Amino acid sequence: MSFTATMQRELLLAWRRPAEIINPLFFFVMVVALFPLGVSPRPELLATLAPGVVWVAALLAVLLSVDGLFRADHDSGALEQLLTAPQSLYVPVLAKLAAHWMLTGLPLVVMAPLLGYMLHLPEQAIGVLFIAVLLGTPTLVAIGAIGAALTVSLRSGGILLSLLVLPLYVPVLVFGAGVVSYAAKGLPVSGVLALLGAMMLASFTLAPAAVAAGLRISSGN
Amino acid sequence: MMVWKTLTRWYHQLGSPRYFYRFSEVLLPWLWPIALLTTAVGLVWGLAFAPEDYQQGNSYRIIFIHVPAAGGALLGYVAMGVAGLVNLVWRMKMAEVMIKAIAPFGAVLAAIALITGAIWGKPTWGTYWVWDARLTSMLIMLFLYLGVMALINAIPDPRQAGRAAGLLSVVGVINVVIVKYSVEWWQSLHQGSTIKLTGGSTMPAEMLTPLLISMLGIYLLFAVSVLWRARAELLWRERKSAWVKELV
Repeated sequence: MSFTATMQRELLLAWRRPAEIINPLFFFVMVVALFPLGVSPRPELLATLAPGVVWVAALLAVLLSVDGLFRADHDSGALEQLLTAPQSLYVPVLAKLAAHWMLTGLPLVVMAPLLGYMLHLPEQAIGVLFIAVLLGTPTLVAIGAIGAALTVSLRSGGILLSLLVLPLYVPVLVFGAGVVSYAAKGLPVSGVLALLGAMMLASFTLAPAAVAAGLRISSGN
Repeated sequence: MMVWKTLTRWYHQLGSPRYFYRFSEVLLPWLWPIALLTTAVGLVWGLAFAPEDYQQGNSYRIIFIHVPAAGGALLGYVAMGVAGLVNLVWRMKMAEVMIKAIAPFGAVLAAIALITGAIWGKPTWGTYWVWDARLTSMLIMLFLYLGVMALINAIPDPRQAGRAAGLLSVVGVINVVIVKYSVEWWQSLHQGSTIKLTGGSTMPAEMLTPLLISMLGIYLLFAVSVLWRARAELLWRERKSAWVKELV
């Protein structure tokens, strides 16, 4: 009940301000586009860089978008209402994370294969890139939300958030970019994809509890 | 049962700032000379008297600083995670103070481990830095320490800062295990292990003994530093309580 209600509210709010869905996507595309300009447009070089470049850009896009995850609710006082409600915070937080991933993560997933193609990634690796980003971005959202919950009441949250969260993103980056390089070399990928999926399930079940605890700390309860 | 009862009583007593302050006052005058002496014995023995390595000559001697620092950084991080968990469950004031006291020394130890590793790497591997699995995980551990310190600094209310840092440390401890395995996997993906620490577990006793002594020494120094910092923090936090006003 509270899951669908929170989900509906989040989607409706986002629908009324579509720029917040579009901006992380633009950011993602622009950062990736900077690499051929900055490094070299040679296809073979871009192909080796592609997994890392796409993943780092996706990671930063998620990080930037996750910063605002609780801010509007905090400023308007809706978060206080949620915290004082006589029920567990776990379910509404889970709904918020799921909605946030649908709004900002999913567009990145759809865009990733196109960017991989533009960076001359071999064709057999593009499908794997799609699946890897699909499995990896929820983990990024879930971990980033813990940092966002802890920094929501601070004025200069953004840069602090990246200091807290970026080291925690290392496993996703390593496995996510690694599996795409594997695929480009024609090596088997299912094991690493399973690991990415396991991390997604673990982070989505555990992180809401940590986020709820973080929100309670931030609001001083 | 008796032991358990004594332990829980001791735990609850140390959770009280006032008791902790008195307890550490008794402990510290003994602890810091012992810590300093142990470290000095371990380092002098290792750096001056332990035999040369048949392969690396004298350059291997930096492990007498490097290994204790790396071990201390790791131990400190786990201790921070345990304190964070205790604080999440029981909201114990002392656990918050401990996290704040552990973080700076742990970060310094991680930095020392990285710097000594780089100095040792130059003559041995021919380069100051390689993206080796161990080096990379230590670098990420340093980042995690810095993150905890940045969070404590950013939040003005000390109790809120302590609880936030505690939650972050708990998340970090879970994560650091995954980081370790992922980095090892990543390294084996890119290059075979062309670089290996020679020796390892086959270290002879003349080298192992001073190494263990200097490790013990550094751990004791860590404990001394944590107690000192915790005492200073306690005085500041409890400055309005009667027992501190009585003291100063």
